[in-house]
Amino acid sequence: MTATAAPPDSAEIAAIILKNMPLEGPLLPILHDMQANFGCVPDAARPQIADALNITEAELHGVISFYHDFRREPAGKHVLKICRAEACQAMGANDLSDKVLELLGLDWHGTSSDGRVTVEPVYCLGLCACGPAAMVNGKVRGRVSADALVQEVSA
Amino acid sequence: MKVWVPRDAAAKALGADAVADAFKAAGAEVVRNGSRGMIWLEPLVEVERDGVRVGYGNATVEDVAAILEGSAETLGPVEEIPFFAKQNRLTFQRCGVIDPLSLEDYEAHGGLAGLRRAIDMEAADIVAEVTESGLRGRGGAGFPTGIKWETVRKADAPQKYIVCNADEGDSGTFADRMIMEGDPFCLIEGMVIAGLGVGATKGYIYLRSEYPDAIEVMNAAIEIARQNNVLGRVLQSSHEFDLEVRVGAGAYVCGEETSLLNSLEGKRGIVRAKPPLPALEGFLGRPTVVNNVISLATVPVIFEKGAAHYASFGLGRSKGTMPIQIAGNVKYGGLFETAFGMPLGELVNDIAGGTITGRPVKAVQVGGPLGAYFAPEKFDTPFAYEPFDGAGGLIGHAGVVLFDDSADMLGMARFAMEFCAVESCGKCTPCRIGAVRGVETIDRIGRGDASAIPLLVDLCETMKDGSLCALGGFTPYPVMSALEQFPEEFTGVREAAE
Repeated sequence: MTATAAPPDSAEIAAIILKNMPLEGPLLPILHDMQANFGCVPDAARPQIADALNITEAELHGVISFYHDFRREPAGKHVLKICRAEACQAMGANDLSDKVLELLGLDWHGTSSDGRVTVEPVYCLGLCACGPAAMVNGKVRGRVSADALVQEVSA
Repeated sequence: MKVWVPRDAAAKALGADAVADAFKAAGAEVVRNGSRGMIWLEPLVEVERDGVRVGYGNATVEDVAAILEGSAETLGPVEEIPFFAKQNRLTFQRCGVIDPLSLEDYEAHGGLAGLRRAIDMEAADIVAEVTESGLRGRGGAGFPTGIKWETVRKADAPQKYIVCNADEGDSGTFADRMIMEGDPFCLIEGMVIAGLGVGATKGYIYLRSEYPDAIEVMNAAIEIARQNNVLGRVLQSSHEFDLEVRVGAGAYVCGEETSLLNSLEGKRGIVRAKPPLPALEGFLGRPTVVNNVISLATVPVIFEKGAAHYASFGLGRSKGTMPIQIAGNVKYGGLFETAFGMPLGELVNDIAGGTITGRPVKAVQVGGPLGAYFAPEKFDTPFAYEPFDGAGGLIGHAGVVLFDDSADMLGMARFAMEFCAVESCGKCTPCRIGAVRGVETIDRIGRGDASAIPLLVDLCETMKDGSLCALGGFTPYPVMSALEQFPEEFTGVREAAE
């Protein structure tokens, strides 16, 4: 989940594609592996993926852009996802996210200028009985406060 | 000393990992079990004393020494806590009890008994057993599981699939997550039995990326199941079945079965028109069973205890039990598995204890972001498929979200439309455009333009009747239920929350 902005290497890209090709429906696993490896789905990988799967780059773009998870650029060092769904709203999630965004000086999907943190909305983490909930770098957090979240992404 | 500290994501979110580490450091033998479902007590630590597991609620690292010594304040025997004692646990019989990744523990608590019975049965009899149990799709649609299986069983194809829908995106629901983290072999066993019943040799669990802990447990469990011939050559028989976890990518609409299948194939998660049914032309165009996690995880207990036993619970055509998830602004929030038929008000007030803020319950939303709001006037509705349908709602995946009297119902109606606009797959116009217009229309109403109300009603009718799937088709439920039960919040200029 934490972004590592290693420059995309064509041999590495090829290895990720090759590893997943035996799967039925390999595209999403390929995209997930790209993101785990490079912190995003690098534009440089697109021709190779499209070629391997015998689809056009336009089709590939259609898939990548459909899903909220896939990024074109690596996220900040910390990724903070705050739940905006109803159960968390019932526990004050709207005020919470307003406060976090204000403290960080960011809007949804924004990354701080020093690359320290990216804030994203998420619609349900399945922590609906201990809201408001959030996820910090892939780790779940329940009954969160704005100050604690901001503190956790400060380092 | 043996200590249980849940590895369930809700327990972890409340600090369970640090507590488990502290117990290990103090020399205790730590089992990372699933959650008992009493989320307000998490991390709920259990210690065996005189053969009985006693509980310590909201345990912290500071409590560890006192718990080991026996001087900490205890909740007493965990299974005697009223919230737990009042349940009929069938699907969740082992969740929280066993070590989720111990196949030995699983078998010692009734696991694999169903599969051992099914493996000697004819495929048609396996499907008939499920039909007789009355099991219906627990993902929300409530379609009879046995009938779906029978369609796939009768389809003639060289390859069939079992696809488990673990894209549990509805707010207020976490039953799928809990069973995958707390009793993963139960889901695996259910999928293997489904494979035997319909003649499928390959299964996929489409699991949402928002659940990293469930992904980890499921993958580990599948590996253990392979090593022990639960998967592969099933119980050393001539039957083959293998299973793979596929991770979703953050699209809510992929919880819709045809959109899920497209996603699994590596396409945009666009909804497909039906027919053809996935049962005949599903994954890669082949006959496919698509079932929710809870539907499949309920199959083992049906075979362990018999269809008649399962069908003896429930109300009318809603047979068996439902793991109801009580969430939001709630005093005793968590998972409560009970036979269908309990009145909504009993769940909200007696079981869940009302709101945590102590203020009156204004409304509950049942069935996720596409479910209707129920004001206390409707709390006598029995929790079951048909009665909820009759009351203008749906039980969906059985999430119940409580709101206190500070809830802004026009704001919640707006959010329903906004969510639909964000998550629409874009295939059909009523959903793609309707949701955007819905937000605009509710904003007009919020500014005091009452003439926009009939427009909103008309738009909801169009979305309901004209959308291809439940996303556009059911978004009108929360909107219209809020409008009908709280009309005063839709008239006059809003002052707050603007």
